[in-house]
Amino acid sequence: MKLTPEQVDHIAGLARLELAPEEKAVFQKQLSSIIEYVDQLAKVDTGKVEPMTHSLSLENVVRPDEIRDCGAETRQRLIGEFPDRDGDLLKVKAVFS
Amino acid sequence: MNLNELTIVGLAGGLEKGDWSSRDIARACLDRAQAQRDKTKAYVTLTEEAALAAADASDKRRRENKTLSVLDGIPVAVKDNLMVAGVGATAGSNILKNYVAPYDATVVGRLKAAGAVILGKTNMDEFAMGSSTETSCHGPTRNPWDTDKIPGGSSGGSAAAVAEGSAIAALGSDTGGSIRQPAAMCGVVGLKPTYGRVSRYGLMAMASSLDQVGPFARTVDDAALLLRAIEGKDRLDSTSVDLKPDWQIPSEWQESVRGLKLGLPKEYFVSGMDGDVNSAVRSAVEGLEKLGAEIKEVSLPHADYALAVYYVLMPSEVSANLARFDGMRYGTRVDGPDLVSTYRLSRGRGFGREVRRRIMVGTYALSSGYYDAYYLKAQKVRRLIAQDFDQALSEVDLLVTPTAPTVAWNIGEKFDDPIAMYLSDVYTVCVNVAGLPAVSVPCGFAKGLPIGLQFIGRHFDEKTLLRAARVHEAATGPFKMAYKK
Repeated sequence: MKLTPEQVDHIAGLARLELAPEEKAVFQKQLSSIIEYVDQLAKVDTGKVEPMTHSLSLENVVRPDEIRDCGAETRQRLIGEFPDRDGDLLKVKAVFS
Repeated sequence: MNLNELTIVGLAGGLEKGDWSSRDIARACLDRAQAQRDKTKAYVTLTEEAALAAADASDKRRRENKTLSVLDGIPVAVKDNLMVAGVGATAGSNILKNYVAPYDATVVGRLKAAGAVILGKTNMDEFAMGSSTETSCHGPTRNPWDTDKIPGGSSGGSAAAVAEGSAIAALGSDTGGSIRQPAAMCGVVGLKPTYGRVSRYGLMAMASSLDQVGPFARTVDDAALLLRAIEGKDRLDSTSVDLKPDWQIPSEWQESVRGLKLGLPKEYFVSGMDGDVNSAVRSAVEGLEKLGAEIKEVSLPHADYALAVYYVLMPSEVSANLARFDGMRYGTRVDGPDLVSTYRLSRGRGFGREVRRRIMVGTYALSSGYYDAYYLKAQKVRRLIAQDFDQALSEVDLLVTPTAPTVAWNIGEKFDDPIAMYLSDVYTVCVNVAGLPAVSVPCGFAKGLPIGLQFIGRHFDEKTLLRAARVHEAATGPFKMAYKK
């Protein structure tokens, strides 16, 4: 299926991606060719086939919900990665405005 | 003798006898890495000081008879999407250009606990998305056999480092062939373990149901040593599993393929493969037959759909996994007037084109109205593909295929043609889709470039996989270094 420019904008919006204006036409063409390629899956008869999410048949792997101390050094490294901060607090744009 | 061109087994023997020190080996690798930096760019970060300190600590342990394992003092390179505490971890992306890993990945912690020396971080396609190591924000890695060619990808830096002698061995990650395909293109051994055998904790997630960490090495024995050091259940990765006794790598190998049944998937030998690759693979198979293996043709009826399944499931998982890179808690933040525009600008400028393409394909496949046609459909075909492998591997012990349909191509050749690039993974992606183990070993050259032979095994049967790979290796002669002065 060929994507329209509007669909490309819509997908970029859902994915929270800013696209440069000159990129949109390139993406429209490349995404369309990928979608057209994977469209061949429609030819496979999967009437009675159960979907497979994983190659291991694991389920409900649980562990106690315990707090583990990561240590002061790791903590400082994590805080050191904040793009913006106030002391040890992470600063972000207002969520509700 | 150049220490940086030896194997783990050879180096460990010399360390034991006192012929050389761990510092000597690390120094030789670091010198080669410096000499090759502008030619191949295998590394993005060389942690020289930390490596020499770790080597000295290993030498001290040895003097005190406190050596930790056969890997003690052996220098290893690590792909840049794996966390090494205190060292940059960019995954080849501008969004993480200044990111420093706060902790060790489980595999890295296990290597350190075994005494291995971490040399640095190797170049890769951005977030492991690519087959040529060209999408890295640091620029491409070049193939040490011919620097006009790509080294394969996405773990191209790790493969190049082992091939050129700037590391003895290396770790990579494999989601659709990212260990095996560059191993083939650079002429080294690359192993993708069974899904669940090795912890993914501290590996930047690309497609969580497909990703697996594994080793690059110069010999199958070396790859097996690394696997044994990193494998096993990890409480920090709920998809890692306890290894049953029957799944363990034996300390003594069976030195023969006599009685082993090897399957050639007939669908793989029809079209799209280079003539040179075809004949190299066929002659390797004939070699194994002469050594007592039984060769049988098998069928994987849904083989033609594996790539399409992969290119729906992988981008879908990518679009979810990479949602965490939003410029908020770490990584590059590009401020906009509000929260959503800050997300969009940070991600739009932080991610390169291939990453954004895959996020968008995945977002589309998961979006309202398309989920059933793409994601759910691909999950169903995934089961059919896995069943094909189950059937084939009930008739034979291993499958033998080329690792990639061609040898390394020119840098830039497929850069703007995603489908052409994706087709280079045609023999590797199905293995991840089914969660099986597979190894690529060198099987000759065409136009001066290495060709890879892939063995695919049953779930957790790395033992048989590596047994056959070892016999092939012994029959085809010693490892060939790519390095030319």
